[in-house]
Amino acid sequence: MDSESLEAPWMAARPTVRSTVPRRRNVGDRVFRLLTASFGLTLLLVVASIFLVLCYQSRDAVRTFRWAFLTTSVWDPVAREFGALPLIYGTIVSSLLALAQAIPLSVGTALFLSELAPSWVRAPVSFLVELLATIPSVVYGLWGIFVLVPWMRSYIGPALSGTLGFLPMFSGPNYGVGMLTASMILAVMIVPYITSVAHEVFQAVPAAQREAALALGATRWEMIRLAVLPYGRTGVIGAVMLGLGRAIGETMAVTMVIGNRADVSLSVFAPASTMASVIANEFTEATYDLYLQALVEVGLVLLVVTVVVNVLARLLVWRVAAPAGGGH
Amino acid sequence: MRMVRGGLAALLLGLVFCGNAAAQMQLNGAGATFPYPMYSKWFNLYIQVDPDTRFNYQSIGSGGGIKQITEQTVDFGATDGPMSDEQLRAAPGRILHFPTVMGAVVVTYNAEGIATGLKLTPEAIAGIFLGKITKWNDPALAATNPGVTLPPRDIVVVHRSDGSGTSYIFTDYLSKVSREWNNKVGKGTSVNWPVGLGGKGNEGVTGLVKQTPFSLGYVELIYAQSNSLPFADVKNKTGAFVSPSLESVTAAAAAFADTMPDDFRVSITDAPGANAYPISGMTWLLVYEKQKDAEKGKKLVRFLDWMMHDGQQHAAVLHYAPLPAQVLAKEAVALRAVTGPDGAPLAGH
Amino acid sequence: MRATRRRIVDRVARALTLACTAAVLAPLVLIIGYLLAKGVTSINLDFFTQLPKPVGESGGGMANAIVGTLVLIGLACALGLPIGFGTGVFLAEYAHSRLVPTIRFCADVLNGVPSIVIGIYAYTLIVLPTKSFSAYAGGFALAVIMLPIVARTTEEMLRLVPANLREASLALGVPAWRTTMRVIIRTARGGIITGCMLAIARVAGETAPLLFTAFGNQFWHHGLGGPISSLPVQIYTYAISPFDDWHRQAWAGALVLLTLISATSLSVRLLTRGRFRTVR
Repeated sequence: MDSESLEAPWMAARPTVRSTVPRRRNVGDRVFRLLTASFGLTLLLVVASIFLVLCYQSRDAVRTFRWAFLTTSVWDPVAREFGALPLIYGTIVSSLLALAQAIPLSVGTALFLSELAPSWVRAPVSFLVELLATIPSVVYGLWGIFVLVPWMRSYIGPALSGTLGFLPMFSGPNYGVGMLTASMILAVMIVPYITSVAHEVFQAVPAAQREAALALGATRWEMIRLAVLPYGRTGVIGAVMLGLGRAIGETMAVTMVIGNRADVSLSVFAPASTMASVIANEFTEATYDLYLQALVEVGLVLLVVTVVVNVLARLLVWRVAAPAGGGH
Repeated sequence: MRMVRGGLAALLLGLVFCGNAAAQMQLNGAGATFPYPMYSKWFNLYIQVDPDTRFNYQSIGSGGGIKQITEQTVDFGATDGPMSDEQLRAAPGRILHFPTVMGAVVVTYNAEGIATGLKLTPEAIAGIFLGKITKWNDPALAATNPGVTLPPRDIVVVHRSDGSGTSYIFTDYLSKVSREWNNKVGKGTSVNWPVGLGGKGNEGVTGLVKQTPFSLGYVELIYAQSNSLPFADVKNKTGAFVSPSLESVTAAAAAFADTMPDDFRVSITDAPGANAYPISGMTWLLVYEKQKDAEKGKKLVRFLDWMMHDGQQHAAVLHYAPLPAQVLAKEAVALRAVTGPDGAPLAGH
Repeated sequence: MRATRRRIVDRVARALTLACTAAVLAPLVLIIGYLLAKGVTSINLDFFTQLPKPVGESGGGMANAIVGTLVLIGLACALGLPIGFGTGVFLAEYAHSRLVPTIRFCADVLNGVPSIVIGIYAYTLIVLPTKSFSAYAGGFALAVIMLPIVARTTEEMLRLVPANLREASLALGVPAWRTTMRVIIRTARGGIITGCMLAIARVAGETAPLLFTAFGNQFWHHGLGGPISSLPVQIYTYAISPFDDWHRQAWAGALVLLTLISATSLSVRLLTRGRFRTVR
């Protein structure tokens, strides 16, 4: 730690203050700085050790399967074969399906909140949307098992296979549990995240842009289309990526309704497994070392994917919403 | 503000310590879901026998029981599939198997119009779980069930998603009766299922079968019974269709009682005998021969002793079969081998 | 003609955004509705005071799980709040340090780490070496999840404090660290507490990292070095079980958990609303 950086930001930023206050290296200041810095370093250490622990605990699996771990599709503990492809497929497809449902709903809601809603509606509605984010995953799962799964089996599934059954996506038996059900629960869970960030992004659109559009005689919708959406596009993509990060790592609700079957199937009615759900199901019961290591490696893949998605998302959101590096 | 904070801290401290006051010693165990109803009943009854001890049992699956006892994160494990030689070698100490009760793995189903007692041949069961028999009205099912209206619907197969002793018993049975199963899938606590949905634990499979029309799965007898789900009669080695029950499981065990090996690791599936139910299984508690904590070891041995005597009388109420007398006698001998960290036997108070 | 078409498109688009909002709020209404309808009837005194009954027997309650959740939250706070808060102070007050961007980046990375992965981490770091599932391991996992939330909110709240407050304090000869403690942090107190409570609300419902750390317990926990029951894990276990009585208790447990969580976030919001305004 060099001595220049020991100064607090306001000192550097305000030379007038610095010149009037006698510069003393107060012992208390040093201790305080060291103390808070050590807390910060603890956080650093935690993140680094998560990576190290996961790498170390999966070393034999990585060495045994190498890249085949990501590209083969047999997950067979008896034969000691571990290919994570069906799990990666399950994670990607369930998350993308969830996004396909969540994006229009979230962007629509965010537009409603920022552009169209009367001010007395705005606060309660955004509060309710935020409330959706506070519902624990396991409660979504409970509701999924006892409400959504029976609906899926008796109404939604038959309706889809009745009308769109000619597509391979909507063919095959419908059990109620499966990829589509999991993606619907996921969609509900990520909607609040995408909505609130998109809302912020739209609010950051300069008023002059809107006024200019309106002054040219545009209707509200035309104003949104010409001024708000293009301006907010990057931020919305960031918001979607944040939602994607959530969806990929989501565990309990998905485990409870996805059907738990490590298989690649085109049909969205088919049961599947995600990386997170396999860990939740099998982690405490992997009976031999290689099995456990394979599960930790799944965790490692999951970690890397979510970190990459989240970092991309934050870069995109920051560029638009909060130039100072703040952002929620 | 400060008062609120103080109050909160006091409340939390209180919460932390009220747990301590409630029990003086707690032994933790984990494993099989197959005998979970029996164990939770036993551990609840045992509070009256020894009010100072609590046995906390979490039914995470037999695979979990083996794993956690090997890692020594629990004081005892439980499984319905005996540990393999390789698994025993992987443990840091010698692990003993103590049989507790026996039970039946039943093929349960949820198909409108089909009452309990659907007659299934071993070939039909293997065919369904291999994905070769996909319809309820398949000839293989119709042939043995004249007079039953079988719906022309797809069979929704349900199996375990976790490492399971129930799966072990079931796949052990299928490996014995079907060569194709033995070659393609094999036996184990978790296998690569050719078809079907996965449910976690006996609880999860029962839940899925109950909620999914035209489904079929395998669970311990009591899970089907306590949920009023129908279950099938299975054709045994002698060609008779036998319904799973206390008596038919006892009959299966009788065939093995005299030849019980000293480490109790034996499979009782596909037993000979006209009355024997073929998918019967034994379930074990897993205990280190050398206990690292003498006090806990003593409590554990005392519980096992109670289980072999008084405990057995409660089995029938939950439709588990008590162990044959020969097996119990043999177990009492084995119990004397359990020692404290110093090598002194813990049995015989 | 063209004008009417434009007006129709405008109307339709507006109606669509309204429909989206309705579709987003519908699940909330449905979930809360079902929780109330199915949960309320199973909530009685026994639910809060009794231990679970053996499998298949009806009755009993979730007293140990409710207490267990509170204990786990307490442990998580004891570890997560000070470290998160200290990190937040460092990020805001020493923004020129070279470490700051790295730590801030790490906080954001940690915020995105799936909770199940943190479960594996806590299992490896605490359960395996101590050879026991424990409340400590569960509390540790939850603390790790809390850390980045507390750190980033603290940072943001401190940044909102006007610079002239700091200048006034320094001008009076108060050392910088005392200024930070007595002026800056005190001014931002409301916002920081809100952040902490939101972090608590977030971890209170976490299930995945507890599955193989805190584990479960059908009795009262026996010290913090052993397995402990928690509401989310109990709800999960009961939800996937086949027993109707357990299903009822799962609904009741979910209702209690959600009430606990929304009461936390709601009360804080209402309590700190006034203070926030004065800060700005």
